[in-house]
Amino acid sequence: MAKYDLNDDHVVVIVGSGAGGGTLANELCQKGIDVVLLEAGQRQGPDTFINDEWASFAQLAWLDKRTTSGSWRVARDFPNLPAWICKTVGGSTTHWAGASLRFQEHEFKARTTYGAIDGANLLDWPITLAELEPFYDRAEKKMRVTRTNGYPGLPGNNNFRVMYTGAKRLGYKTVHTGRMAINSTPLDDGRSSCQQAGFCFQGCKFGAKWSTLYTEIPAAEETGRLDLRAGAQALKIEHDASGKVTGVLYADEKGDQHLQKARVVCVAGNSIESPRLLLNSASSMFPDGLGNSSGQVGRNYMRHTTGSVYATFEKPVFMFRGTTMAGIIQDEAHHDPKRGFAGGYELETLSLGLPFMAAFLDPGAWGREFTRKMDQYSHMAGMWIVGEDMPRETNRVTLNTEVKDQFGLPVANVHFDDHENDERMRSHAFRQGSEVYRAAGALEVYEVPPYPSTHNLGSNRMSAEAKDGVVNRHGQSWDVKNLFVSDGSQFTTGATENPTLTIVALAIRQAEFIRDGMAKNEI
Amino acid sequence: MGTRRIYENRRAFLRKLVQGTATVAIAGGAVSIVGVDGAWAMSLQSIDARGAKTLLRMARLMYPHDQLGDFYYAKVVEDLDREATGSPETARLLRDGVAVLDEAYGQPWIELSEGYQLQVMEKISAEPFLGKVRGATVVSLYNNPTLWPVFAYQGSSAEYGGYLDRGFDDLAWGEIPDEEASPEAYRG
Ligand SMILES: Cc1cc2nc3c(=O)[nH]c(=O)nc-3n(C[C@H](O)[C@H](O)[C@H](O)COP(=O)(O)OP(=O)(O)OC[C@H]3O[C@@H](n4cnc5c(N)ncnc54)[C@H](O)[C@@H]3O)c2cc1C
Ligand code: SF4
Repeated sequence: MAKYDLNDDHVVVIVGSGAGGGTLANELCQKGIDVVLLEAGQRQGPDTFINDEWASFAQLAWLDKRTTSGSWRVARDFPNLPAWICKTVGGSTTHWAGASLRFQEHEFKARTTYGAIDGANLLDWPITLAELEPFYDRAEKKMRVTRTNGYPGLPGNNNFRVMYTGAKRLGYKTVHTGRMAINSTPLDDGRSSCQQAGFCFQGCKFGAKWSTLYTEIPAAEETGRLDLRAGAQALKIEHDASGKVTGVLYADEKGDQHLQKARVVCVAGNSIESPRLLLNSASSMFPDGLGNSSGQVGRNYMRHTTGSVYATFEKPVFMFRGTTMAGIIQDEAHHDPKRGFAGGYELETLSLGLPFMAAFLDPGAWGREFTRKMDQYSHMAGMWIVGEDMPRETNRVTLNTEVKDQFGLPVANVHFDDHENDERMRSHAFRQGSEVYRAAGALEVYEVPPYPSTHNLGSNRMSAEAKDGVVNRHGQSWDVKNLFVSDGSQFTTGATENPTLTIVALAIRQAEFIRDGMAKNEI
Repeated sequence: MGTRRIYENRRAFLRKLVQGTATVAIAGGAVSIVGVDGAWAMSLQSIDARGAKTLLRMARLMYPHDQLGDFYYAKVVEDLDREATGSPETARLLRDGVAVLDEAYGQPWIELSEGYQLQVMEKISAEPFLGKVRGATVVSLYNNPTLWPVFAYQGSSAEYGGYLDRGFDDLAWGEIPDEEASPEAYRG
């Protein structure tokens, strides 16, 4: 593993080692570029992951203080936990379930396809599906996504079979065990095939599920070009008089602060920390935050229209056995305004263990009605709704100057109000999900509200014109040439699909742009 | 096959459960409360005996599972006590909250009927005290692996090689998915 001097200013510094940052680091290292990867969290591995929901949450989740506002229910039930994401080497790819879907062509043209929608700040992406396809190909190969490149699908577990039963009886056509970044067959490098351990959200102890932690990062380390600093939290990005960024100030595990010089800085701290870092990097030259001449840093924050449907059945299901996201219904994923909303949604199986089920089934509820539901736990099946939500200027990440973190910096406040389109979509999805389970013979069906956000998007969006967004079609800051955004915060719109495959594809594409730009001395 | 084993465990488990009221002993600063038949005990640093009995009862009324003995709710009180020991703020919140319950009818809340107890709890349901006890109970109660078998939740499986050969697809009802929708598992 490489070790670069703090004053070595030829390196690319990447903040965050998750889907975006971890992938970008490896892609750059493979191209012969030297990288310092700053990661606020510690390094774990399959041998240290804990298959116990709360203990694992304490080990992997981002627990630094955040605040919330707005009419979303999360602000009431989890006021300091707007998002369920990670602070650890590998970022949220340690927690994620592995669902890996490409966006649909029209989703890159949301404004054109859906038209102007009141209260929504829709915009077309500055790139097309055709442009991203070669990178999707590479991402799917890298992540060994099932049902691509000849990798077989995973076997369906009980939870899938319940959903499948109802879906088929209801007449749904596209129902299968999904496209998952989980090995359906073992790999030569020792990563196993899925053993159906059922703790995908807690870190896969078999290494069967793709995570940058044990794929991209070790591959980058093997090149001898990666200097990974775990426990290193970026506090501020510095710039010179010409307005180019020059380095990143960070605190190490002991809280000591260092300035790592850089030729290029890439921000990949996920959609809450990335805009927060830019806002906290305000200076006299950039009074509203670094790269924020458009005023769009932190705005248009999206979290997908989500919710869950759980149902109880006469006979046991044991939904917790096997992959957490074990299958999908895609028949509602298209755009059809006749349903009363723009965009589409997927229905994906999801299971929670008993401890998380108690926390999320009906947050805040207590009494016999609640425990009667919990008594049915072994007879429950569950699915998760993931659909496109509307970007809104007012849904945003801002600095809460009244609350400071352990380094004395303002924490992020996440404000969110559902758009009417989101509510109508959720209602439709609740109804369809309920129908699926009723067709399978459900005794009772529960509509479960969204969890703290696992998909966090859009808060530094890409745009064709500088006034509409934070970064250009390569994730490069409109204002600062050697500053990049490399995570889901660059999404122009959220699309229907789970985001990570697209984050990875964008990172692969961005690495080529950075290499070429550096070679031509343009950055 | 996995199914049957779980249910046998569950029946055996239920037989072992005990219910009862508590006796209290105070020794050297720590309060210890023992169930009548000695099947459970809690040892507390910050919460006094009256508080402990009140909180235990509250935990049960909030998340009532008749099949669970007081043992499990006592664990919730121990967890609350641990938090109160580290946080004077929590200790005060709990102490004041118990006092509020007792004031409602000018008689110890613990002696009220179940209906009256619930009515008092509902009246203060928006208060931080109730929120604290509720939040702590919902995490601590269901996070106790010794009660998982009651709910037929099997928890971690990695140490047994996952659920691949432990019933991940043993559903005995519903439609059988075709090979395209759900291929055979790889078993090496
Ligand atoms: C339970 C769960 C299930 C999910 N399932 C799926 C799924 O099935 N499919 C899918 O597509 N997506 C899924 N996701 C979402 C997926 O995990 C994220 O979309 C993806 O990981 C985001 O990538 P990222 O690079 O933006 O951020 P992350 O992967 O979250 O990485 C960000 C990293 O940056 C670090 N960081 C932040 N700020 C700083 C700082 N100032 N200094 C240093 N480091 C910093 C963080 O510690 C973190 O490690 C799931 C997420 C969760 C939580
Ligand atoms: S179900 Fe498969 S992917 Fe998920 S944790 Fe278990 S082995 Fe890993």
